[in-house]
Amino acid sequence: MTAVAPAPARSASDPDPQRRRARRRASRRNVLSALLFLSPWIIGFLVFTLWPLIYSAYLSLTDYDVINDPNFVGFDNYVQLFQDPKIALALGNTLFFTFIQIPLYVLVSLALALLLNRAGRSSGFFRTMFFLPKMTPPVAVGILFLLLFNGQNGLINTVLGWFGINGPAWTTDPAWVKPGLIIMSLWTVGASVIILLAALQNVPEELYESARIDGAGFWRQSFSVTLPMISPALFFIIVVNTIAGLQTFDEAYTAFFGAGNTTYSNDAALFYVIYLFQQAFQFLHMGYASAMAWILFFLIMIVTAVQLIVSRRVVYYEGEAPK
Amino acid sequence: MRAFTRKAVGGATLAVLLLTATGCAQGTGGADDSDAQYDPEAELSGTLSVMGFSGVDEVATSRMDLAKEELGDVDVKLIEGDLDLQQFLSAVASGKPPEIVYANRDQLGSLAARGAIVPLDRCIEGESIDTGQYVPAAIDQVTLDGKVYGIPEFNTIQLTMANQQLLDAAALTVEDVNGSSWENMSAANEALMKNDGGSLSVIGYDSKLPEFLPLWAKANGVDLISADGKTAQLDDPKVVEALEWAVSIYDAQGGFSAVKAYRDSADFFGEGNQFATSVLGAMPMEQWYVNVLNDVSPDAPLVFDTVRDRQGATLAYASGSAWAIPAGSANPEAACRWARAMTSVEAWEAAANARIEARSAEGKPFTGILTGNADADQTIQGMVTEGGEPWDTAVAKMYEANESTFSLPANPADAEFKTALQDGVNSVLNGQATPEEALAKAQQSAQKALDDAWSKLEQASQGGD
Repeated sequence: MTAVAPAPARSASDPDPQRRRARRRASRRNVLSALLFLSPWIIGFLVFTLWPLIYSAYLSLTDYDVINDPNFVGFDNYVQLFQDPKIALALGNTLFFTFIQIPLYVLVSLALALLLNRAGRSSGFFRTMFFLPKMTPPVAVGILFLLLFNGQNGLINTVLGWFGINGPAWTTDPAWVKPGLIIMSLWTVGASVIILLAALQNVPEELYESARIDGAGFWRQSFSVTLPMISPALFFIIVVNTIAGLQTFDEAYTAFFGAGNTTYSNDAALFYVIYLFQQAFQFLHMGYASAMAWILFFLIMIVTAVQLIVSRRVVYYEGEAPK
Repeated sequence: MRAFTRKAVGGATLAVLLLTATGCAQGTGGADDSDAQYDPEAELSGTLSVMGFSGVDEVATSRMDLAKEELGDVDVKLIEGDLDLQQFLSAVASGKPPEIVYANRDQLGSLAARGAIVPLDRCIEGESIDTGQYVPAAIDQVTLDGKVYGIPEFNTIQLTMANQQLLDAAALTVEDVNGSSWENMSAANEALMKNDGGSLSVIGYDSKLPEFLPLWAKANGVDLISADGKTAQLDDPKVVEALEWAVSIYDAQGGFSAVKAYRDSADFFGEGNQFATSVLGAMPMEQWYVNVLNDVSPDAPLVFDTVRDRQGATLAYASGSAWAIPAGSANPEAACRWARAMTSVEAWEAAANARIEARSAEGKPFTGILTGNADADQTIQGMVTEGGEPWDTAVAKMYEANESTFSLPANPADAEFKTALQDGVNSVLNGQATPEEALAKAQQSAQKALDDAWSKLEQASQGGD
């Protein structure tokens, strides 16, 4: 570090102008080479990320129907957004879904990961089994939801019936639509299970040995060793799934708003992104939909920022000094 | 100084990007077909890409063969699958639309208002298309502000379909469930249904909400939207009354949630359909379902009638598809001829012959096709083959109903209007609002959408003048 730091100072004070120019040329060449190698990513970022971002911000200030020229309307879309009762409904549905689903999702993922961690040689088989549903296209999951959760003869209610429980109308009763979708979302816990399993397998065995010597039982070990050691993985899963939850679309859209359900759309499943999609591609209010997208963006930013702040107190990173 | 330069460069870049964004957002609305020369005798060439039409069965392919012959050297390409609005609008906005598009008739008002499709006056006149041959309700649905924007194809209507065994067991007839007396239908519903301790095992009558509210409102003497497409009439007391009655049919059976769950569990397209398994008394249903039932359960105890208004007159709510020419179509001449040829009497006759051949190979009757072209319907009706009862009655009732259709007029806010209506009905079905409250709210949203859309359309036409 100390050997490198003074170099620019020496270079800047180099009395030989020719050598200084040569060094600058070399440095420029290096920068150009780096830019050349990075250019595919830079071009991709500019064209497919930055440009749509700026364009979307611009569109959010316009009345635009895709076909005709955008008409600048200032902040009208944002004002209208706060007066639209469906925004509150869609946002309420989305937040309810996300904040009930996430703890459940993490608990189930963790439970399955803990089981797999103790499964020994058969863990590979179960790992594959748990991960396979993740490969199912979301549209198929939406259709599967309607079949499995049918209040009349769906598999879920049939199984509940074996235990004398009269299951609810999961797909038609507004009170049970979101709980049904939350349970169905557990279908895809496989990816989180794999991440948590990897984290569990990285917890040093010596820590458990030390804990056992100190007289710690199973629960003490879990809370004082396992959870802190896998907290970065847990935090990652919570953040990623919260963002995915706030953007929920596919399954609910297929089940309640897609081709087969265009006449009966259950408002209990009207999530924010579904309403955004309707505004953009059914009503062709692209400007309004862009404003909705920006509000969602800020909402995700706020939720993620809160999670990051909280994480400083509860997530343990090895090698970092405790705060 | 350097910091200032960096800020200035950053600001300039952002400004350039925003200006580029503004510049790039050039719409293509208003592109017309004024350069096109429509002439039925003209030799055509080039390409015709067709979006939204799959052409998979004999009814489609036989007509396509005929249309291709009429197009001569034109190279026809199908962009298969149903119309993807997003894909179509992106294509129009980018200036590279397909030459012709096949859309639901109720989408054309919105597309026309945005300038995504062109009026067909010149096409109709140039290719000598007789618009008088199409079913009036179908033509009304593609006419916005006095201009025709689509050439209709197919007509979908409803029939009353009922289970004769269940009716007999309850000492009822199909007249008790055909709509002519709502009081009789409510009584029949209660007599037909079976609800053992909260668990539904037979649906008495399914009033098919929310999709058939327009039918029940019309049966009660009112349209959901004014004939000029400008005024929503959702809060009309007669609409409220229609909704109250149609919902009461579900309430008597334990609520819509229970009926819908049971309805969804049926093997609708298979041998275990609700008529074959006697778990549904009666319902209004689109005429194509006659073919499904004849195909999968020819011995099911069925009886058919038209749907009737409260005075006993036959009534049907029509929908269907239409051919439209996108703004900026590279070959509008070929598109226009294609639309004419595909919907001509000769093409439908060819389609009927192909269907008869296919059905007779399976040993099944030909139950007709509703084409949207009244002349073709008449020709095809004469080609229908006998299938015995109840199928012959079903076909006869289908043609009878086709004579008494109505549709919702084209308007520039089709999608918003439909959504407002459905949201209103759904909120009643879900027990969240009374019919009066829900329809008052729906009226407000629908009227606002209509006012906004019509005002934009008027502004655009004034700008264009």
